Parts: sequence; structure tokens; C-alpha cells
Amino acid sequence: MDVFRRLKRYFWPLRRLWYASIVCGVLMTLLGLVRPLLLQAIIDRVLTEGRYAELAGWSLAVVGVAVARGAFQYLRAYLGHLFGADTVFELRNNLYSRLQSLSFAYYDRAKTGDLMARLAGDVEAFRMFLAFGFAHLLDFVLLFLLGLSVMLYLDWSLTLIVLVTMPFLGYMTGRFHVTVHPAFTALREAMSDLSTVVQENITGVRTVKSFAQEPEQINHFGRRVADYIEKHMAATSIWTRYFPTMELMGNIGVLLLLAIGGSRVVNGTLTIGQLAAFFSYIWFIVHPLQQLGYQINNLTQSIASGQRLLEILDTPREVRDDRNAVDVGPIRGDVTFQGVSFAYGREMPALKEIDLNVPAGSVVGILGPTGSGKSSLVSLIPRYYDATTGRVLVDGKDVRTLQLDGLRRQIAIVFQETFLFSTSIRENISFARRDATFDEIVEAAKSAKAHDFIMEMPEGYETLVGERGLGLSGGQKQRIAIARALLADPRILILDDATASVDMETEHEIQEALGTLMHGRTTFIIAHRISSVKDANQIIVLEGGRIVERGTHKELLALGGHYRHIYDVQFRDQVSILKSLTQAANVGGLAATLAEESDAHGERKRVSSS
Amino acid sequence: MNPSNSAQAQGSAPRDVTERFVYPDDRAVERPFNWSQLKRLLSYMAPYKRLTVIAALITVLGTAANLAVPLIIGYAIDYGIGERTPGVLGRMVLYLAVCYAVWWFAAGVRIQLTNWIGQQVLRDVRQTLFSHIQYLSFNFFDKRSAGSILVRIINDVNALQELFTNGVVNVLMDLLILTGIIVIMFSLHPGLAIASLVVVPFMFLISTGLRRQIRLSWREVRVRLARINAHLNEAIQGMKVTEAYVQERENMRFFDHINDDYRRAMNRSSRVADLFIPIVEVTGAVGVCIVYWYGARLVMGDALTIGLFIAFVQYLGKFWEPISRLGNVYNQVLQAMASSERIFEFLDTSPTVAEKPNAYPLPKIEGRVNFKDVGFSYKAGRPALHRASLDVKPGEVVALVGPTGSGKTTIVNLLCRFYDVSEGALEIDGHDVREVTLASLRSQIGIVLQDTFLFSGTLAENIRFARPDATMDQVRDVCRAVGADTFIEKLPDGYETVVTERGGGLSQGQRQLISFARALLADPRILILDEATASVDTQTELHIQAALDRLLQGRTAFVVAHRLSTIRGADKIVVLDHGRIVEVGTHDQLMEVGGLYRSLVEAQFRFVDEETSSPAIS
Repeated sequence: MDVFRRLKRYFWPLRRLWYASIVCGVLMTLLGLVRPLLLQAIIDRVLTEGRYAELAGWSLAVVGVAVARGAFQYLRAYLGHLFGADTVFELRNNLYSRLQSLSFAYYDRAKTGDLMARLAGDVEAFRMFLAFGFAHLLDFVLLFLLGLSVMLYLDWSLTLIVLVTMPFLGYMTGRFHVTVHPAFTALREAMSDLSTVVQENITGVRTVKSFAQEPEQINHFGRRVADYIEKHMAATSIWTRYFPTMELMGNIGVLLLLAIGGSRVVNGTLTIGQLAAFFSYIWFIVHPLQQLGYQINNLTQSIASGQRLLEILDTPREVRDDRNAVDVGPIRGDVTFQGVSFAYGREMPALKEIDLNVPAGSVVGILGPTGSGKSSLVSLIPRYYDATTGRVLVDGKDVRTLQLDGLRRQIAIVFQETFLFSTSIRENISFARRDATFDEIVEAAKSAKAHDFIMEMPEGYETLVGERGLGLSGGQKQRIAIARALLADPRILILDDATASVDMETEHEIQEALGTLMHGRTTFIIAHRISSVKDANQIIVLEGGRIVERGTHKELLALGGHYRHIYDVQFRDQVSILKSLTQAANVGGLAATLAEESDAHGERKRVSSS
Repeated sequence: MNPSNSAQAQGSAPRDVTERFVYPDDRAVERPFNWSQLKRLLSYMAPYKRLTVIAALITVLGTAANLAVPLIIGYAIDYGIGERTPGVLGRMVLYLAVCYAVWWFAAGVRIQLTNWIGQQVLRDVRQTLFSHIQYLSFNFFDKRSAGSILVRIINDVNALQELFTNGVVNVLMDLLILTGIIVIMFSLHPGLAIASLVVVPFMFLISTGLRRQIRLSWREVRVRLARINAHLNEAIQGMKVTEAYVQERENMRFFDHINDDYRRAMNRSSRVADLFIPIVEVTGAVGVCIVYWYGARLVMGDALTIGLFIAFVQYLGKFWEPISRLGNVYNQVLQAMASSERIFEFLDTSPTVAEKPNAYPLPKIEGRVNFKDVGFSYKAGRPALHRASLDVKPGEVVALVGPTGSGKTTIVNLLCRFYDVSEGALEIDGHDVREVTLASLRSQIGIVLQDTFLFSGTLAENIRFARPDATMDQVRDVCRAVGADTFIEKLPDGYETVVTERGGGLSQGQRQLISFARALLADPRILILDEATASVDTQTELHIQAALDRLLQGRTAFVVAHRLSTIRGADKIVVLDHGRIVEVGTHDQLMEVGGLYRSLVEAQFRFVDEETSSPAIS
């Protein structure tokens, strides 16, 4: 119940709706109890005792009671709905807002499926409980207690005899929900396994077809389907074992009522009308008991749902504004790392003792093998994470003393894994600046070499992309992401392996365009290809979280270390081809070839159009 | 690119926040009733006809027992209690006990049987659908996202569950109950029967009319909820981008909008939906009122006994449930219409690349490939390949080179017969690929795609993909051959390491090596390789190149090449441009020609400058 107390602030302001709904519910239940009494009155007072004049009155009372009851029923349901819907509206907004404020570290660990289960399933479960789950539970308790009271009042000993099977019923309904629950969980898992198999099969259809593995896949699928059926039938068996028997328990009550109650009428200790009323009242007891397990299950589930939602709401923000954080104002873009070490959670440190100064407007190239700490390094600048020790300074100010929003607005990043939202290409590019004009968007797309392929799409910039939209290649997505970063007009630009999926030709074109754009901005370029970083003002080589080499392209080549090794591997082909070029081809020599460099693209165009 | 004047700059005004994200709705949740479609759907139940009949008979038995109850109680009241004969009362109690026992038994059997039948039918539909989709051609998959296909195999088939499990038997049971009650009522007292049935047409109208309204309003709610969930799902995955670009507030505005939209739809819907039960109950009460009044008068006039009067009241109470269920079945059928329409749409799609009826298995090939004036277009009027001719000898390595969209991938697609040529012919060892069976063709051609797809399962299973019967030793051998053994053996679970879709946990380079091992184990005569463009770190690059050499050995190979080293090692370089083969030859020959190939090569290392290149020649 602690859950409800802690979520109180969402429903407390709406408590009047709730109270009103409860009052309506109680009145509705009370009116429901009157109905069997009306039948009793007709049988006993009118038919047996002969007060014929009362017949019309009692009969019309049935309609009167039903109308009043219906009105309360409607109000109870509708007010309950409003209460649930309004509460959950606030709750959902708060959850969303909380999710948006959680740090990168949280999303490194978070599983989308799990979060979605909470946001979609648990929120709805909680809403339903607020809207009618609780009301139903209350209803059943009231029905049970009042029905029992009336029966005891009418004939207490008959009541006790007739209800002799009820404890068993109560026990069974409890047992049923305990056993059926795991069966349903297993069923859901089997269905989710089945979906996974299909999902993989379709995503990997090229692989399946190219190895001619269709029959094996069909078998595999068949096994999963068989497994699902097995789970389904297991759940059905439980259902079969309990459901008819639970119904039978109530029926035995009716049987006892007819036998014992009937003899009492014969003895004259009970009237026929009362017996008829008993036939109705017995279900007032049986139905709640049959449903009790379900209702209690509902309650526990929604408490669990509430708990899972609270977990999200209570998640601390690992990176947030310091109380005295100041607005950084327009920055120049000077970035300094002072003895920075960093580790993700309790893992091995990803960065060790990094010292680095990047003057405003300069370009840094970062090289190193997978896992050497390249992405970690740049993600400390916009404070996606906080350094474990040491300081990261922007314009000489520790980033932890600055307001996050102001800092991040002046930094743009192109992530290694491109993410586009389900919307038009235009919206995706202008994601950071929705006020950008169309011309600005086009200009950014042109710089990122995205304009041409966008124009070839069926609806140009209005083409929908993302999950359900048109499929784009990895390279195309990256170029849109680059355009998005450029349009943000940052002082600091971070390209985290941003051109990994575009071919070398296009990469080169993008770099040429970036050349002008990077002017005056501090730029960090993470790459694997020497060609991407060689013009940088300084290049650092990372290994195992440390800077092992730093300098310009020339300096590092001369050094003959890691950088030189990478260079040799990447260029041995080109160099030997260069040699063969100068020898075989009918050109004046290396210098002449290189002089044509800038025309090469144009030349290719000419050749291809011929 | 200047933020200061962008707001005032010419062009569009700030766009409405509601357009920030777009989630296409799956609107069609139901379709008008379509008799032939329903018949086709029900034809899936044909194999289970006998069991269905048994289930129906059992249902009749249970229903009859159930319907007898008020009658027995009525008799007990009249003749046992009213006339004070305990013997009759005892007999009636016994009858009642028998009825309950019969009902109990019948209910159990019915639930088991109908569920079993339903699941079998569902399995048949699902399996048919899945198998059919397996053999559909690539253009089917090109047009659709994986999600939209998944939804049909999973959700649309699930939507038929209720119809197949309970639908048919329930309709039968409910019609039986209704006629049973009416027959009993009329035989007891026709006048009272007519009087009490007066409200039934109203109940029917309410159950169909109001239900329709409710259904429509619920559809609106579901569409909006689906939008919220779609956005949440995406928002979580893209959260880093949102935070990096400080767009939390903008997103919040969008979310508040869709959240509120959902709330309103829900409130609108519950205003209607909550009316349903009260209205039905009030209508029912009118019927009860009539029976009380008229029935009691009949009892007073000795035209009816008290027991039968009570039985009447009870029968009236039993009326509502079947009517309500029948209304529900109708809803189910309408929903099933939409789902089955989508299922049948897939089932009625025939593969564009189909085996000829007289196709023969391709004998074991040597690997000679002939393109004879091959033309092909994905879309009419836009040829992707034009009169391409090519003769490849067994064991030759062919590098396919050319700018994006020049036709490299098309050549690969035609070779595996993922598509059929539009003109000319493609022959392997002299057999036209259209004349042989697909399985025999593809099992002799291996393909390694750029983006390595791993299925969830162990690494060993993934490597064995094309040859599930391969031994562990063979798996180890191929891994050693491509140099994948070192990293695999370092993993805690080695070859039994479980990977997930998209190979989570493995680096791009490692996944590539796994796919090489997989292709090597399949040991095809012809190998097609789409070299990855993505850059990997240098160490991995070296591994991959070494593995590649091993993989290509002794096979006819087509490589969509991006690495110069691969291209240079090829026996034949085929240069494509705008769907035409423009140059064919070895590296040295083509460099000499000085055509497209040469300019492509030059373009690749324009950035190598003098000082750095000279010391590198070592």
C-alpha cells in the first residue's frame, strides 16, 4: 500500500472524483440487493397472502430500482474512468519527463523492451486499477457482506448449510490464480519466442535464402509453434480443472438450497418467496468468491506495476546541474582535459590520466583501436558523463560548474550509431533547431552530401524515415545525422566515427565540405582511417584509455609508432599502385598525377557519362 | 547557418509541435462482412470437422442440462414443496444433481476440445503463412519492413484465435440456448412468453447499435495509445540524441499533446461505453416488470403455478448472456475480416522468381559463369543492367567495381537468382539458372553480405547455419582457416557463446569473420562477397584481409569490392557504370587503359601527398 501513498500526488488532487465514484458504487450495490426482495414480496405478500392491490406497485418498483441503479452505475463507472485517466495523464507526463532527464549512463544499461513494458503495460494496468479495479473489489466485498447479512437475517441456519461449500470455493479461486499465473507467463514467453524467431527470419531473409535454408527455418518455426500450443494447452488444462468445478461449488449451494430450503417451506419455517429470494442471494456470495482470486491478483499486480513505475520516477540523475551552476554564455570553444580518468560504473577505467588542450577553433583527430576510450573521451565534454577524477574545462571553466543546457546547446555530436526519428527528413535535420528555414536545412544537407540522394527520394525532404518509414542505408543515415549536427551551428563539433559507413569517395567529399564548416569551430574527429584525421591540427592516438602518441600527421609519421603502423597498413596498396601508376601510365610522374587530384572527380564524371 | 537571423529569415514559420514526429496508424482494424472470405477462413477448420461435431454435441448436452435447471426447480416448488410431497422434492433434487454433473462434465470437455481445435487451426494458418512467405521473392521483402511482416504472422493470426476457438461452438451454443428458452417458455405459457419476449428486440438493437458506437470509439483510443507507445519506444532509443541536442522541452510538448489526445479519446469513449450495462439492465428490468405483473396475475387466476412463475423469471435472466455473446461474435468476425484479409493478401502473393514445373536439380558444378546479353530492371523503364556479357572461368576471382548504383548488387542478385533476368540469359556450367531448382542452385552458391546477420543462438550454430550436420571439428577447422578461432576461444563460453540478433557483443570485424567461417563451411563452388564498406580498426582489417584470401581460394568468386588489395588480387576486374560493363581486365591492364577504373583508383588516394608517400615505400 506504500506504493499508493508514494504515488499520492498524482491522484490526491482528484480525490473528489474518486469519493463520488465510491459513493455511487455503494448506492448501486445497495439497490441491487433490493431486487430479490421485490420478487419475494410479490410471491409472499401478493400471491400467498393475497394483497393483489400491491402487485402493480412492486412490479413497477423493479423498473424504478433498475433506473436508479443504472444511473448510479453509470456515474460510478464514468467518474472512476475520469479519475483513472486524469491521474495517469499526469503520471505519464511525469514519467516521460523523468526519462528525458536521466543520464547517458542510465541508457547504457537500460533495455528498451523493459522500459516499454513499464511505460505501456504498467501504466495501463495502474490506470485500470484506479478506474475500476478498486471499485470492483469494493463492490465484491460489499455484495458479499450485504448478501450474507440479508441471508442470515432471513434464515441463519439455512444460510450456513447452503454456504457450506463456500470455503472450498474461496480456497479454489485462490489456488487457481496461483497456478494459472505461471502458466500464462509461460504462454506469453512462448509467444515472444515465436515472434523473435519470425523477426529474425525476416530480418535475415537474405542469409536464409542465400544458403537455401528455408526448409530448416520452417522446421524451426514449427517447433516454436508446437511449443506455444503446448503452453496454451497447459494453461487450458488448469482452466478446465478449476473453472467448471468452481461453478459447480455454487451449483451445489443451489442444490442444498432446494433440498433443505424446500423441506423448510414444507415444514412451514420458510416462505416460498424467501426461498425464491435465496435463489438470487446465493449468487451474491458465489460470484464474488469466484472473482475474488482475480480481484486480489489484480490488486497485487497493480501494486507491482506501481512499484516498477516508482523505480523510474525515483531513478537519480547522475549528471545534473550543480546548485550554483552558471549559464556559460556564448563560448569560444577552448577545451582542456586535466588529469582526467573515467570509468563506466564499477568497470575498468575507460580513460586514464588524460591531459589535453584543444585551443578554440582547432581540429583534433582521435585514433585508436576499438575500446581504447575514444568515445568516452569526447562524451565528457558535453557532460554525458562526469569524469571520475580530474577536470574537463571549456573556456577555462570546469564543465561541472556550468548549466547543462547552455553548454550542450553549443556542442553538436554525430554519434557512432546513427539514430533518426520517425518523421520527415526535414524534421530530422532540423531536430535541434525547429525554427530553421528550409534554405538553411538544404544548405546543411548539401554540406553533408545528403542533398542529392534526398532529392531522389519520392517526396524529397518530406520523405518519412525511421522505424516505419523508408529504409535508408547506413551511409545515408550518417549523412543526415551530419546535416543535423551542422544545422545546430555548434561552437564545438564532435564526429564520432561519423563517416564509418559511407564509402571513401563520399567521405572525402564530406570532408571537403566540412573543411570550410569546421573553420572557427573546435572539432573532434574520431576515425579509423588515416585519411579522415591527417589534416587535423593535432592527432592523438589512444590505447587502453591512455594517450600514447600525439602530434601532427607529419610528426607522428616521423615518430614511427602506432600511427605509423596504421598508416603503413592502410597505405601500402595505394603506395604500390602509385608506383605502378608512375611507371606504367603515360603521365609525367607522380607530381603530375597529384596535380590532377582536384580534377579527378570531374574526370570520373566525364568518363562515366561517355 | 547563422542562428541569429534564422528566425526572421525567409521561408517557413516555426512548425506546429504536433508535426514533430509522424507515426503512421494501422487504421484498418475491421472490415465489412465478406462471406467468401469467411468461408475461406472456415475452410481451415475442415480437417477438424469430426472433432468440431463432437465438441458441438457435447455442448448441446451441457446446454440442455443447463436449461433444465429452472424447470426442475419450478417443478420442485410446485409439486414437491407446494403439494408437500418430500418424495417428489427428493427426486427433483436428484435430477438437479444429475443436470449439474452433466454440465460440469460437458463444460470441461468442451473447453479442452475447443481450445485444442482452435490451436490446431491457428497453427495450420500460421505455418502455411510462414512457409509461403519463406519462398516469396526478394522484391516482396524489399517493399516491406520486417515489422509489418511480423505483425501479420503474429498479431493477425492471433486475432483469429477467439473465432476459431470459441466462435463457431459459441454461436451454436447460444443459438441453442435462445431457441431452447423460447421453446420452453412457449410450451409453459405462450401468452407470458410473448409478453416477456417483448424487450428482446430492444436488447438486440442495443447490443448491436451501441456496441458499434463503442467499438468505433475504442478504435480511436487504440490508435492513440499505439501512437503513444510508438513514440515512447522511439524516444527511449533516441534519448541520447535528444539530450545531446537539448530537445527535452520540445519533446515534452509533443508528448503532452499526444498524451492529452489519448486522454480525451478515452473520456469520449467511456462516456458511451459506460452507458452499455446500465441501459441493458434497465431494458431487462422492464422485461422483468412485465413478467412479474402479468405472471403474478396468471398465478392469481390459477393459469400458472408459482414454481413455473419463478422458472419464467429465471429463464428471462438467462436470455441476456447468449444475446450479448452473439453480438460479440459478430464483432469478432468483423475484426477477423481485417486480419484475414491481410493474411490472405500474403498468401495470394506468388513468388516472382518461381521454379519451373519441370525444373531439374543442378548437378555438381565446376563454377563457370556466363552472362549472355543480360538486361534487367527493378522497375519498368529504369534498366539496372544493360546487355551485360561476361564469361568467368571456374576458380576465377572477379572484382566488381563501380560507383554506387552502377549495377554491382544487381549482378549479385541475378547470380543467386534472387531476381530473374529481363533479357538474355545467365548460365552456370552451361545450365540456364531458370531451368534448375532453386535449392540446388543456391546450395552451391555462397554469399557473404556486407552487414553480417547472426541468428540468436550459439556461435557454433551460426557457423553451422548452412550445414546443420557439420561436426564440431569441422566448425573448428573453418574458424581456424579464417582466423576466427583466436577470439572465439578467448570468449568464456567459446563456441557455445550465445549471440543475439545483430550479433550484440561482437565487434563488426568479428561478426565478419564469423560470416566467413559460415560461408567456408558451406563450401560453395561459387562465392559471392559483398565487402563491407565500414571502416574497422587496423588490426581487424589485417585479419579480415588474410581470411578473405583463404576464403576465395579455389572458388569462382564475385566480390563487390571496396578494398584496393582485394581488387588488385582479382583475376578479373569488371568495371560497371550506369548498368553497363564498361571495362574488363586485370589491374595492370586497366591502369594502362586509363579509363574509368584508373580514375576511380586515383580518386581513392588523392590525399596521399608527396612527403608522406615516399618514405612509405619500404
